[in-house]
Amino acid sequence: MTNTTKSSGKSYKKEMPILWWTRRTSHIIFVMRELTSLGVAYFAIILLLLIGAISQGEESYYEFIKLMKSPILIWLSIISLLGLIFHSVTWFNLAPKAMVVKFGKYRIPGIVIMLSNYAGWIVISIIVGRFLLY
Amino acid sequence: MDHISYESDVLIIGAGGAGLRAAIAVSEKDPKLKISIISKVYPMRSHTVSAEGGAAAVIKDNDSLDDHAYDTISGGDWMTDQDAVEIFVREAPKEMIRLEHWGCPWSRQKDGKVAVRPFGGMKKKRTWFAADKTGFHMLHTLFQTSLKYSQIQRFDEWFVTRLLVDDGRCQGAVALEISTGQIAAIKAKSVIICSGGAGKVFPFTTNANIKTGDGMAIAYRAGVPLKDMEFVQYHPTGLPFTGILITEACRAEGGHLLNKNGYRYLQDYDLGKPEPRPVLRSMELGPRDRLSQAFVQEREKGQTLEGPYGDYVHLDLRHLGKKIINEKLPFVRELCLKYENIDPIKEMIPVRPVVHYMMGGIDTDIHGATALSGLFAAGECACVSINGANRLGSNSLTELLVFGARAGESAANFALNQNGSSKGLDFLYKNELKRLNKQFLNRTGGTEKIVDIRKAMHHVMENGAGIYRTEVALSDAQNEIQELKSKFKNLRISDTSKTFNTELVGSLELSCLLDIAESVIQSALFRKESRGSHQRSDFKNRDDANYLSHSLAYRNKNGAPEIKYQPVAITKWPPGERIYGK
Amino acid sequence: MADKITLEVFRYRPDDNSEPSFQKYMIPLQRDWVILDALNYIKDHIDGTLSYRWSCRMGICGSCGMMVNEKPVLTCAAFLENLIPGPVRIEPLENFPVVRDLVIDMRDFLEKLKRVKPWIIREQEDPAIEEYKQTPDQLADFKQYSMCINCMLCYSACPVYGLEPEFTGPAVIALAQRYNMDNRDHGNSARMDALSDESGMWQCTFIGDCSKVCPKKVDPAGAIQRYKVHGANTWWKNLLLPWAKDK
Repeated sequence: MTNTTKSSGKSYKKEMPILWWTRRTSHIIFVMRELTSLGVAYFAIILLLLIGAISQGEESYYEFIKLMKSPILIWLSIISLLGLIFHSVTWFNLAPKAMVVKFGKYRIPGIVIMLSNYAGWIVISIIVGRFLLY
Repeated sequence: MDHISYESDVLIIGAGGAGLRAAIAVSEKDPKLKISIISKVYPMRSHTVSAEGGAAAVIKDNDSLDDHAYDTISGGDWMTDQDAVEIFVREAPKEMIRLEHWGCPWSRQKDGKVAVRPFGGMKKKRTWFAADKTGFHMLHTLFQTSLKYSQIQRFDEWFVTRLLVDDGRCQGAVALEISTGQIAAIKAKSVIICSGGAGKVFPFTTNANIKTGDGMAIAYRAGVPLKDMEFVQYHPTGLPFTGILITEACRAEGGHLLNKNGYRYLQDYDLGKPEPRPVLRSMELGPRDRLSQAFVQEREKGQTLEGPYGDYVHLDLRHLGKKIINEKLPFVRELCLKYENIDPIKEMIPVRPVVHYMMGGIDTDIHGATALSGLFAAGECACVSINGANRLGSNSLTELLVFGARAGESAANFALNQNGSSKGLDFLYKNELKRLNKQFLNRTGGTEKIVDIRKAMHHVMENGAGIYRTEVALSDAQNEIQELKSKFKNLRISDTSKTFNTELVGSLELSCLLDIAESVIQSALFRKESRGSHQRSDFKNRDDANYLSHSLAYRNKNGAPEIKYQPVAITKWPPGERIYGK
Repeated sequence: MADKITLEVFRYRPDDNSEPSFQKYMIPLQRDWVILDALNYIKDHIDGTLSYRWSCRMGICGSCGMMVNEKPVLTCAAFLENLIPGPVRIEPLENFPVVRDLVIDMRDFLEKLKRVKPWIIREQEDPAIEEYKQTPDQLADFKQYSMCINCMLCYSACPVYGLEPEFTGPAVIALAQRYNMDNRDHGNSARMDALSDESGMWQCTFIGDCSKVCPKKVDPAGAIQRYKVHGANTWWKNLLLPWAKDK
């Protein structure tokens, strides 16, 4: 319960318009970041379909790969990939806000945390890439 | 019109440092006591928030209670009540430690103990500080701690218009809910006023817009005397246009005051010799009254600078360097950059004396009790008096705690010994409703504008009751205030809305300001001597034979102040000379 | 420099059942005036019925937050000069119910503030003989979060709060963190429930505007993200080491 004694008078509350997020760049970026979740969902579904295809033998695997080479799906994959890169970049840029790492009295500067996130990303990408390509 | 009333045990008017401390004291005294706090603004907006420098309390081994007491008494030019000061310095450390335990982020030494800084008029370093936002941190700590107590009921944004006094004791107040225009009676067994000062009677002031002396005025109207109202403290370093305070801590860290020739002019006014490093009780660390008076004399010699908002001198911090300014005085730099477009690392800050604090206020004893049974007061609106003729910097924040707590305890005890309210309260409430409706809410016509009366009052106070005063100027001022009071009767209120009517609030405040202005002038007129912040050009010396007494302004039947006197309490420090710079 | 500027001020007066509207005021333009000085000029000389809150005029009391050209700012710290040639649009802080004109209803904030127990929690308070020790570094751990002046700009900048008024919101979470990170406090677990329920920190989608508009650099967005990390760690810790106690 509140400790405030106030009788409620009439008041006016402005509704948030549906396109509220178009008014500020930061909000557009935010909504775009949220939309990239569709890309994640897309890749997850593709992955599941791929596993399904592999489990049904070589033929269905090549069938699936062929399907994936259709121009529409290639474009979808490129857009999703760009979306996910965008998501990662915005996320890594924000990482220093969430991570405060201290060595004794010394607080590691934000830029170091951000760059080490990027470094980790690149290293993991190289490892995964090599594993996939060879 | 609806009749609305609320009941509580202890009613506190004002939710700044003193009011919140008092509320916590009542809560601790007996958890069964129901507490109401009325404030015209949300607690965290109270003016305690603006205090910058710090709060004094003896904590270091090289310091002593007697030193703190002596600095306070000599700083107050022997107008302080020494019994009150002794209690004050004794209880100060405990109060400060309690606030520390409640979470106040005091600045620290490397070993984790509280750090202290020097301050004007102090022999030893004893000012606790939270960077340069001490008042802000104290207020928010007190406010957040007060949320712990469910027995504290707040009336945020309610404006008290009158005390309910019946059967010889104070039993609550009538208040206006600003957001709806409702007027309610808030009954209580005891009442504490903690409503702050009245700097807004003057044009140039560090005080916030809300410092309009409302609590002082309602007590005065209820027959309680206002004590020592002639003593108004000027702070020597305010920004010229806005009156924004540039804390004494600037000078404590080593800042210099320079006249137009770049000369540290304070050395010409018995305040010691210039040294490269700050020396306690010397030069820029002299007391506030002497520094403000030196400015006026320097101006008369034509040694000050001229600007669009009047004359000024320079406060020079540049030699302190970026590191000290950023670490110890970050808020000062922020204020200069944001409000004056000046960077104190590179430029000198224009400053002038501005009204800062009312030493006077509602007359109370050492328990916070007033002459009216059931009514208590603490903080700037009260006069115990530990501030005498000139308050020592960094004593006021400590005073909030010490006397806020004492008043809370006394009011709790008083409430515990009372049964119910008397019958006459409802009648008094209805009368007040009628008065408010007639004079303010339903008034029509009227031609005088609030702004014109307010500006005229500022002019009268600046000219008649400023840093230097004379018989002639004060008498003129008194006549002019009378005229303004009769003009006020013909006030025009254009806003008829019941919802958040700030014009209505402004006019209620203005009526309080006029009463306070009148009491300041009258008290100053009758004190024919110079002491501390009260300087009479026609009576240049201190006169202990006739005036070692507190003035008490009573409101007579015609609404005008009548001055009486009451001796100053002296315990072990006989009146001496105030010596600085030696 | 032009010598006049127009202010378009949001007006709402519930008493006359009127719809909100904008009223134009032409005022003299002075170099050292902030928006608040302009409003005071209107109040004193043009229209006494305009209502708004203000007090200290030095950016510390937190009363005078408003939307100026659609951005939440403290009007005592916003120079008119920077808004030339105008017109300057002044509205009450967004995401709050409007009581009248530029005055918002902020009771919701105070209720939420109380829920996170913004005070030092210890088993018992020690007698007031000696201070609790706190080194300058320990002070620095939470100092930033203690600088909040409750001006409500962050709530106004937060679309999550606009869409979901239940959300505890930036300033309250930052203030809870201020106590959580204070070495004198033992109340972390007492605050956990209020902060991690469905209206708590997980509502935050890290847009970050709250930190951008904060006049005191409190960085509530950072406070919330750090608390999320702490919340997640605590969850794992409780799952794997149920016997280990949080402070």
